[in-house]
Amino acid sequence: MATQNTKTLARLMMAPSVIVLLVWMAVPLAMTLYYSFQNYNLLTPQNVSFAGFFNYQYFYTDPAFFQSIWNTMLLVLGVLGITVIGGVAIALLLDQPIFGQGIVRILVISPFFVMPPVAALIWKNMIMHPGYGVLADLARFFGVQPIDWFAQYPLFAVIIIVAWQWLPFATLILLTALQSLDSEQREAAEMDGANFFNRFIYLTLPHLSRAITVVILIQTIFLLGIYAEILVTTNGGPGYASTNLTFLIYRTARLGYDVGGGAAGGIIAVVLANIVAFFLMRAVGKNLDK
Amino acid sequence: MGSITLSKVSKTFGEAKVIPSIDLEINDGEFVVFVGPSGCGKSTLLRLIAGLEDVTGGQIKIDGRDVTDAAPAERGLAMVFQSYALYPHMSVRKNIAFPLKMAKMEQSAIDKKVADAAHILNLTDYLERRPGQLSGGQRQRVAIGRAIVREPSAFLFDEPLSNLDAALRGTMRLEISDLHNQLKTTMVYVTHDQIEAMTMADKIVVLNRGNIEQVGSPLELYKSPRNLFVAGFIGSPKMNLLEGDYAKAKNGKTVGVRPEHIGLSKDSGLWKGRVSVAEHLGADTFLHLDVDGIGPITARAGGEFGASYGDTVYLTPDETKLHRFDDKGLAIRA
Repeated sequence: MATQNTKTLARLMMAPSVIVLLVWMAVPLAMTLYYSFQNYNLLTPQNVSFAGFFNYQYFYTDPAFFQSIWNTMLLVLGVLGITVIGGVAIALLLDQPIFGQGIVRILVISPFFVMPPVAALIWKNMIMHPGYGVLADLARFFGVQPIDWFAQYPLFAVIIIVAWQWLPFATLILLTALQSLDSEQREAAEMDGANFFNRFIYLTLPHLSRAITVVILIQTIFLLGIYAEILVTTNGGPGYASTNLTFLIYRTARLGYDVGGGAAGGIIAVVLANIVAFFLMRAVGKNLDK
Repeated sequence: MGSITLSKVSKTFGEAKVIPSIDLEINDGEFVVFVGPSGCGKSTLLRLIAGLEDVTGGQIKIDGRDVTDAAPAERGLAMVFQSYALYPHMSVRKNIAFPLKMAKMEQSAIDKKVADAAHILNLTDYLERRPGQLSGGQRQRVAIGRAIVREPSAFLFDEPLSNLDAALRGTMRLEISDLHNQLKTTMVYVTHDQIEAMTMADKIVVLNRGNIEQVGSPLELYKSPRNLFVAGFIGSPKMNLLEGDYAKAKNGKTVGVRPEHIGLSKDSGLWKGRVSVAEHLGADTFLHLDVDGIGPITARAGGEFGASYGDTVYLTPDETKLHRFDDKGLAIRA
């Protein structure tokens, strides 16, 4: 009886937060779903009517649609590749005992504290600018034609900026995982005749697999929605060269004033993200069960 | 082949001198146990031999070859760690095969050696499991298996049984002794448990604060401890160490008498004591007594000795088996 009472009370106490969370999630989703079936353009707000699947058809047949999906994939995979490989490498370096370890670690982690638009603006104007960027200076020093990053390699430039922001996150998670490696296991491998390379392949990397999984899962969630870095650097261009799905939705909804089309794009993005999440969990999520 | 020679080996960690200077000869095929209290430097000494720590001074030779600066893998030794240090993501088979794979041995030869080792250690049914699915004793055997497939010149054991429960420890003790009899390879074994030292060793090295107190066979140490430390450390329950008038009468600063060398009687004896704790083990009875004019004494009686708290018991030490020590704590040989 007492247990029953406690349970009921506990549920009652939890109810407000659960309800708020549910409303918070469900209302925007429901509204987006609703608008995606409406003809609703902000230029002619008086002409609102039921549209059926027209908005979906419209978004799907947009010539930029497939390119934006392709760009989204390149962006996510590119950043994941750079951050996981670079993160493991930096974590291995940071794990060595060095003078000023604390300061070095803080410095390495600091890019994570810079907000995305600021970071992107700094990269755009101070590092990658073809006229007075640091990279252009370097190129001129070596007597090479400076690269106009955002015109010549717009998507790659965005990938570099986003990777720079997420590298500290990957490094931090991987470093903590590295530090939990049992030193006796390392010594046993040393006695067994494994050199540094073999110890990395057979001992360190399997030990890190769970942390790498976490990094991939968390980063994928955030990387699917990259937007600010594109907005302040290339604005999706040239053409659609650096437009990802999120940016295409923004373009449809805010630049085309097409609320219905944007909402339909949003729903498509949600569906695609769930498909990605499903396959991702099947592919790498197994690592978390061990 | 597997003789190990340490000459003037020393080790300091920063300011702390863990091992001042040690000379030791370990012969081929010997089972040598390093024993001592926590922090006496026995594990450090083993790690110096293994090459996991660098010596501060001195020289280490294995089979006459100077390995002082050689990497761990080049020394031809295998080590079993306290935590077993198995590779958690590999199956038992892969764990055992790992050192052979690192030595780039052929797969067919690896399979055969792993099968042989698994057979010796009763692991054949568990080869496909992961370490996480095994019990403590099985993990211990996998760790030993990983060591024996390499056919090392010597095995190093770092407190391998301290994570096991008492019953399993007894079994594993026998298995390791048995393994030594089969393989006849040099084994160096570190423990703080003097029962393990007494039961397994050909030669015991008693360490205290980084110094060797005595080297000898288990019975040598038991019968003629060189000093007070060894006398107090070897033997269970501990030797009674008496000072004062009784010691003076026997011409020593301290006199030691083992609990099993004290005769017990309920009627008469040299000393009269009151039982403070009685431990009845069935095969033995250990009595902890307060003796008038002497102090606390532990005595052992074979079989059951009916005495309980508060009873008066008379004790007579076997004076032919007394150990006498001088002011410096060194044994006085008669």
